[in-house]
Amino acid sequence: MLRIKNLKKHFGGVKALDGCDFEVGQKTITALIGPNGAGKSTVFNLVSGIMKPESGKIVFDNKDITGLRPVKISNLGISRLFQQTKLFSNLTVKENLLLALDNEDTKFWKNLFGLNKITRKKEGKIKETLKLIGLEKFENILTRDLSYGQKRLIELLRTILNPHKFLMLDEPVAGVTPKLREEIAKVLLKLKQQGETILLIEHDMGFTLGIADEVVVMEKGKVIAQGKPDEIKNNPEVLEAYLGE
Amino acid sequence: MFSAYFIHLLILVGIYVILAISLQLAVGFTGLLNLGHIAFYCVGAYTSALLALAGFPFWFAFLSAGIMAMLFGFLLSIPTNKLKGDYLALATLGFSFVIYAVALNWTGLTRGPLGLPGIPRPSLAGFVFSNNFSFLILTFVIGLISYLIIKRIIASPFGKVLEAVRDDELATKVLGKNTFKIKTYALGISAFFAGIAGSLYAHYITFIDPSSFTLLQLIPVLTIVIIGGLASLKGTVIASIILVLLPEPLRFIGFPSSIVGPARQIIYALLLLLILIYKPKGFSGKVKLE
Repeated sequence: MLRIKNLKKHFGGVKALDGCDFEVGQKTITALIGPNGAGKSTVFNLVSGIMKPESGKIVFDNKDITGLRPVKISNLGISRLFQQTKLFSNLTVKENLLLALDNEDTKFWKNLFGLNKITRKKEGKIKETLKLIGLEKFENILTRDLSYGQKRLIELLRTILNPHKFLMLDEPVAGVTPKLREEIAKVLLKLKQQGETILLIEHDMGFTLGIADEVVVMEKGKVIAQGKPDEIKNNPEVLEAYLGE
Repeated sequence: MFSAYFIHLLILVGIYVILAISLQLAVGFTGLLNLGHIAFYCVGAYTSALLALAGFPFWFAFLSAGIMAMLFGFLLSIPTNKLKGDYLALATLGFSFVIYAVALNWTGLTRGPLGLPGIPRPSLAGFVFSNNFSFLILTFVIGLISYLIIKRIIASPFGKVLEAVRDDELATKVLGKNTFKIKTYALGISAFFAGIAGSLYAHYITFIDPSSFTLLQLIPVLTIVIIGGLASLKGTVIASIILVLLPEPLRFIGFPSSIVGPARQIIYALLLLLILIYKPKGFSGKVKLE
């Protein structure tokens, strides 16, 4: 579904990506792991169009998306969760989630003349989604008033609700409680069962190896290993570079 | 005598309400720190005055004022679309200086510092709004319609997209929303209402010159927006009333006009300072001033 070919990106004298190559298969959970500064988030920024690569190619769904703008990439079906919380802090939980459903809200005249109503169907979808994670009571709370874990969950929901073919999750369980990690793992596995394709970055190895079908290990801007979780766990190069054993 | 003076003040309140709620749409709701708002007011005033002086009917001049200002809003949004915060403020401030310089120097069109005298009072279907009371009613109606339209915009899903752009533009883009288009609309609509406020001003005073559209005119409008509270329309209306009326008692204390003018600016500055320290959200702001 996603092919990264010889991707290169420098920041000043630092080689963030130095010929990065890997593939993500359809209907799988692929984990991108590696030490800090390995280039994982740079890959995410290049795929989602926030940055442009110096060379290399990004092919999504057999279409070259290298260097396209974030809006275009999102509308092609790539939905992304950021490492830092990026909720709209002065909007409520419901308003945040409604924004993800479609782009009818960007049509000025349609909205001015009241032709884009928040339908019961849309409201029902939000309520149902919030119920899944037990946050239905928080529907009308401003997201700035939520705890960190709740913010993370709402942002994850917003990413999932955004129409997509492919999910990119940057550290979805960073800073959340063990109980919440389990909940998120269940949600992601359920999504995979429903046929979703997910690429995630995560430092929690227990969580990552527990849900991933495929693991891509990066170091110094390159992929040093790719394989099933069990293969990666026993790969000496990975053990030395990342797992520290 | 008092009532004529009071009616005059209420007309000014009405014009300031339109000017301030339209600036609130850009600054408070979309997060665009636009310091070029007075330039749109200026474009509207000159467009309406020139068309009316050329014999066009008021309604045509009035709507053209809004549309012309909106076109300038669209135009300004193209080079400034990628700018944020201080950089956007500086760029839009520069735009207001450019418009001021054009009004001052394009003497063939604007008569420069001599200004445009004899702008006719508005007339609609044969009725001329020649006395101030009728003009007050016209201002009130236009102000109310402007308020209701802006309220409708911000309460609609489109309004939530504007707020999303204000809170986090990158996250809005990543949700697949074209923020260039959204910001262009926001600036254009904001400019439209500033333009019609300019038209009302020109047809009320019946004379305009470039000195009516300097940075000094921006300060009270921006102060109203901040004191009313970012992303609050009601607060903006209340602040418009207070800030227009507050300095007026100074006239009756017997100070010379050379003191009243600067004292007005000092009052605005003091109010702004107090609000920033003790009430950073203004009267009823939704968003904290940062």
